[in-house]
Amino acid sequence: MCLGIPAKIIFIDDEMATVSVGGVEYPASLQLLPGASVGDFVIIHAGFAIEKVDLKEAEETIRIIHEIEKVSRNNSL
Amino acid sequence: MRFIDEYRESELVLGIAESIRKRSTRNIVLMEVCGGHTMAVHKFGLRELLPETIRLISGPGCPVCVSGTGFIDNVVKLAKMPGNIIATYGDLVRVPGSSSSLEQEKGTGADVRFVYSVLDSLDIARRNPDRTIVFPGIGFETTAPATAAAIFHAHKEGLQNFKVLSSHKVMPPVMRALIDEGVKIDGYIAPGHVTAITGTEMYRPIVEKYGLGIVVAGFEPTDILQSIKMLVAQFEDHDPKVEIQYSRVVKPEGNSIARKLMDEIFEPRDDRWRGIGMIPDSGLKIRRKYQSFDAEKHFELPETEETEPAGCICGEVLKGLKIPTDCPLFAEVCTPVNPVGACMVSNEGTCAAYYRYRKSEGHGR
Repeated sequence: MCLGIPAKIIFIDDEMATVSVGGVEYPASLQLLPGASVGDFVIIHAGFAIEKVDLKEAEETIRIIHEIEKVSRNNSL
Repeated sequence: MRFIDEYRESELVLGIAESIRKRSTRNIVLMEVCGGHTMAVHKFGLRELLPETIRLISGPGCPVCVSGTGFIDNVVKLAKMPGNIIATYGDLVRVPGSSSSLEQEKGTGADVRFVYSVLDSLDIARRNPDRTIVFPGIGFETTAPATAAAIFHAHKEGLQNFKVLSSHKVMPPVMRALIDEGVKIDGYIAPGHVTAITGTEMYRPIVEKYGLGIVVAGFEPTDILQSIKMLVAQFEDHDPKVEIQYSRVVKPEGNSIARKLMDEIFEPRDDRWRGIGMIPDSGLKIRRKYQSFDAEKHFELPETEETEPAGCICGEVLKGLKIPTDCPLFAEVCTPVNPVGACMVSNEGTCAAYYRYRKSEGHGR
């Protein structure tokens, strides 16, 4: 129930969206996230989109993690 | 899958684990307070990657688990009443109350239906105008706005045969209560999706009062390890603060639309937590304006007693004081197929996570 998953919005009809998670489609309410658009990645929780996934921040997190990994690898050489 | 696979690369996971090992010099106890984190920690075997200095404990983050037996008993009572339909998230169905569960009631003829979203229970109400539909409201700040949205719709539509029995709870009071009770915690791995709704401001008083760090974490292995690294760094530097690791989803200000809707429908009240007891202002009650949708007002429900199944230590597990393998029932009498206590029932329960991934677990940590 509590496991929010990242899903891509593929269709919007008023307050309801169809989202895709790895090719499987689900209905999701946009009532808590009225600003979402087709193409956005959103977190779905119990049938509601609760927040957008910020692409820039997603890349930044990956960059930081790569940085940590690189530093710890170099230090262990 | 996008936003999942890239956070699971094993080289990255091992790299962060290595950097944590280098940074951590003092013993530290970190608690994850979200069932999703508990599952991920076990699924990816993260404990085994951490140095001896770090102890990870699981907290009361499984909504099904923390709702007391009294709540289940009331839901069971409502299921037994002729004319009622219980529309519920699947998680709740097998949770044992003091004498029965929804699953047992369904087996003896009660109308219990699973819903994926609370909006599905509104559909059931529309299609069955001569029946009363009861939705058991469980979950924290992530799920409460969805229930609020449903009540808001029902109010607008005049859908009077829709009722909610609220057991919704909020996180900060229990995070304080655990420390007040004497559970030793040096840092919280805070729930990512709860905080996506609430924002981070609610954690500041906890950091200030108790001098411990709080990092809002995502749910992939690199997310959790990076959060642990941030908490270790704060601890080593004696610099406790609120930080967001899960910045791709969580904004400091949270989701104000969801919060506004939640405030419109619910107000705080003292609430009972399994194993912990009554915590002031930790629960959400339906406001007077919307009381015609409140199952507590509509039905006569007795004050319930809390009774734990004999031998079950779920309450101690929820406080992080014991681990599932301390329980004599664990994996012997109590399994996911035949659960004795709530912690084994829900996928997000600590006992279920230990059970499912126990082959890859070290013991005693």
